[in-house]
Amino acid sequence: MSLRGKTAVVGAYEHPTRYAPHLTPHRIMAESARGALEDAGLAIADVDGLCTASMGPIGVIALANHLNLRPTYLDSTNLGGSSFVAHVAHASAAIAAGLCRVVLILYGSTAASDRLAVGTGGTGGFGDPPDAYETPYGPTVVGSYAMAAMRHMHEYGTTSRQLAEIAVTTRRHAALNPAAKFHDPITVEDVLASRVVSSPLHLLDCCMISDGGGALVVTSAERARDLRKAPAYVLGAAEGVVHTGVGRQDLLEVAAAQTGPKAMAMAGIGHRDVDLRMIYDSFTITVLLTLENLGFCPRGEGGAFVCGGRLAFDGPCPTNTDGGGLSSNHPGMRGIFLVIEAVKQLRGDAGARQVKKRDVALCHGTGGVISRRHSGATLILGRERG
Amino acid sequence: MSRKDYKKPLPRIDEENRWFWEACARHELVLQRCGGCGELRFYPRGLCPACLSSSVEYVRSSGRGRIHTFTVTYQSQAPGFRDELPYVMAYVDLDEGPRVLSNVVHTPPEEVKIGMAVEVVFEDVDEDLAIPRFRRASER
Repeated sequence: MSLRGKTAVVGAYEHPTRYAPHLTPHRIMAESARGALEDAGLAIADVDGLCTASMGPIGVIALANHLNLRPTYLDSTNLGGSSFVAHVAHASAAIAAGLCRVVLILYGSTAASDRLAVGTGGTGGFGDPPDAYETPYGPTVVGSYAMAAMRHMHEYGTTSRQLAEIAVTTRRHAALNPAAKFHDPITVEDVLASRVVSSPLHLLDCCMISDGGGALVVTSAERARDLRKAPAYVLGAAEGVVHTGVGRQDLLEVAAAQTGPKAMAMAGIGHRDVDLRMIYDSFTITVLLTLENLGFCPRGEGGAFVCGGRLAFDGPCPTNTDGGGLSSNHPGMRGIFLVIEAVKQLRGDAGARQVKKRDVALCHGTGGVISRRHSGATLILGRERG
Repeated sequence: MSRKDYKKPLPRIDEENRWFWEACARHELVLQRCGGCGELRFYPRGLCPACLSSSVEYVRSSGRGRIHTFTVTYQSQAPGFRDELPYVMAYVDLDEGPRVLSNVVHTPPEEVKIGMAVEVVFEDVDEDLAIPRFRRASER
């Protein structure tokens, strides 16, 4: 059984805040729920499914309590930053199986006002078995991605200038997104002149840490037809993990290599059918590796592929049109924003950064840490049911 | 050196990995080979992920290998490491096969290169615990 065309994202809302010391994560989630339900033309009483990640291990129960919801489907799957992309698939499967009818997916975080050092703080260990062989060596998140970047440069001659092109194009998109945190244009030289955090990655190769949150509403394709906005149909989805296994890991393989082909096969589409790519951009190297592993260019050619404005909203391969985690927002787990921007673009509601052709969008979330262990979730959305 | 003076993160030692860290305290780097299917594995586990056998053989590593990739880290909040910036993190390909995460020490960061030969060096935390790291070795 396939998920293709069975459900749709019918409500999407990105909380406008980027710094909110006066708000709690639960307040951000409640406001986001209000925004997404209003967008869908549904009421809170219609919600019978609830997904979230990032709080305590049973945080979804407290969230239901906070919103006084009694859902029949609860999902707090935490795959790191890709969680909310995976939640859309889980919600769709639950709806298709008749477990629930309207699923609300929520995210809220005050990572910036809590002064969380995500990329360079501590060692990213949680006391799991593999951590004993990693945390003694001080492996920051940025350092772990940097090791993948260093290897890519060694094997394929990829340069810091090429990685910088990703940051430059993404900033150009942020300048066209009124809600984005950073609007001032940057150049390749600016990226290269920013300090090295962990070689070869510069400060401007790294995403920010902001506050923020958002919400999505998913329901059946049948119900979607009668709602307020044009549905973004779920056409394909897949999730996977890549880890160090028993010690023979390929540091340039990301989960997208498994999930991209599966999701595209489910959707019945090829690479040329994809009008918009929303790729988790924790770091510039994350985008490059994900594009390669999804098959938008051959392995090793990502450096050349991202140059010349190819990823720009008005270029041949529009990618991360909202300004991404590099320049719009990144409250720690960015997956939900990939889907929100995809929905906006498919509807034609993206304003100055609107892509011209807008039939199919591919979202790919990465969670955890590339070069150690990470999850990937691909979601393909389309304007037609497929 | 005593454990209370050691600022960097320590491994959490449990029933599945105690033997590995006891070997490190003797300045031996030891790998596991499955007694059932023969797969050499890192990191240590009680059961072989390939065949689920709990039969284990221990293989002493030469402690020699080459750098697969590395990074020089200039910003880190990791306890102990934040006082020693910059430091080098690396994946080392051991001669026996496994690719392990570690630090490159006693080697100027600017001289670290992918493919460089390295050898294990143990940093004693106290008499019961030592952390394996790597330093540049003479070319073979």
